[in-house]
Amino acid sequence: MSVRHSLLALLSEGPKYGFQLRQEFEASTGDVWPLNVGQVYTTLQRLERDGYAESDDIDADERQRNYRITSKGNEELSHWLRTPPDLSEPPRDELVIKILVASRLPEVNVHDVIQVHRRYLVQVMQQWTHLKEDEASLDLAFALAVDAELFRLDSVVRWLDSADGRLRRANVSEVPNESSGLPSNQKKTGVAQ
Amino acid sequence: MSILELRRVSKVYGEGTTEVDALTDIDLAVEQGSLVGVMGPSGSGKSTLLSIAGSLEEPTRGEVVILGKSLSGASRNDKARLRRRTVGYVFQDFNLLAGLTALENVSMPLELDGVAMKRARVTAMQALEQLGLAERADHFPDQLSGGERQRVAIARAVVGERRLLLADEPSGALDSLNGESVMRMILAACHRGVAAVVVTHDATLASWADRVVFLRDGKAVDETLPPPSPEQFLGQPSRGPSS
Repeated sequence: MSVRHSLLALLSEGPKYGFQLRQEFEASTGDVWPLNVGQVYTTLQRLERDGYAESDDIDADERQRNYRITSKGNEELSHWLRTPPDLSEPPRDELVIKILVASRLPEVNVHDVIQVHRRYLVQVMQQWTHLKEDEASLDLAFALAVDAELFRLDSVVRWLDSADGRLRRANVSEVPNESSGLPSNQKKTGVAQ
Repeated sequence: MSILELRRVSKVYGEGTTEVDALTDIDLAVEQGSLVGVMGPSGSGKSTLLSIAGSLEEPTRGEVVILGKSLSGASRNDKARLRRRTVGYVFQDFNLLAGLTALENVSMPLELDGVAMKRARVTAMQALEQLGLAERADHFPDQLSGGERQRVAIARAVVGERRLLLADEPSGALDSLNGESVMRMILAACHRGVAAVVVTHDATLASWADRVVFLRDGKAVDETLPPPSPEQFLGQPSRGPSS
């Protein structure tokens, strides 16, 4: 979350006081990304120093000062909006590493490991989905952020599903009596009545 | 109260060397007003589970109980009545009858159940209105968008006094927002007291459920834990089983 560019975006709507910027900034990020609000004032100071924003009442503290965006600030905002973030390098993904490691350990059932993570991810998704259940009172910015998180988590579940299938296919020839037991209490315990 | 109970339900297809265990010892209880998701890959037994729950297929072993009544001893007529009156189905490909309008599609299960046509149409119209489709009532399926067709299918599944909604990949090939609308409608039916089971391979759809059961090779291998409250969740995003 770029505090700097979010503040420039708020200022591009018109001049605002420091405390107002802080309030609007907090409101715009919802509860999705918890932030240090002190950052808002230090960032305002830097924006002013770098010529992206300006204010006349230099003697007042940041809260009471009225800020406006400069043309340099507008250019910076426009440039930032259109610059794709660098996604070319894959992030170091701990879950991927866990599954890769599990797939190599003969005493570990990798499918059980996958299921533990799948269940956890679906539970987290249930929690996010629950937050957008009440459509009438759903804040648009919040809904967009929740959707982003759900798509991200969904992609991880889909990777797990595909890894599960790929490992099964690869194992068919090697391990004919593959166990499907899980650390759950729902294993078959006897003959049906 | 459980609307649907599966008790040690198993399904075997074929015989001898071609025998396939499609489901093994499934126990599942779905309470009034709750939405249960069943997740699993293709061939894990999801659709078989749904067919047996809706009495479209017989289990090889075990028992299906709907509204406290076991289907094991029920006559063919009793089961047919149950399917018409109590259970609603939503399928991936909507299954609307092409020659009937949206309204006729929705009122058909009521009319088959002996409700007078006029009354059936009024009830069907109410179901369409609830899903925002009143002005589409006279359209034929091929005049509706995919999202509208699925809404009609849901209206048909919940029309009248239906208590159990069974949905198989209900968002089908719909885009994500239309898929979300479908889940919102199913959830709204649950809030009115309907019990619903949605089978899907899609975690985004399943995440609308109160509880998700995971199927693998015909067995229920795992299920989600009850979620913490939203406050707890946003306060502590890392809650839940550690990974």
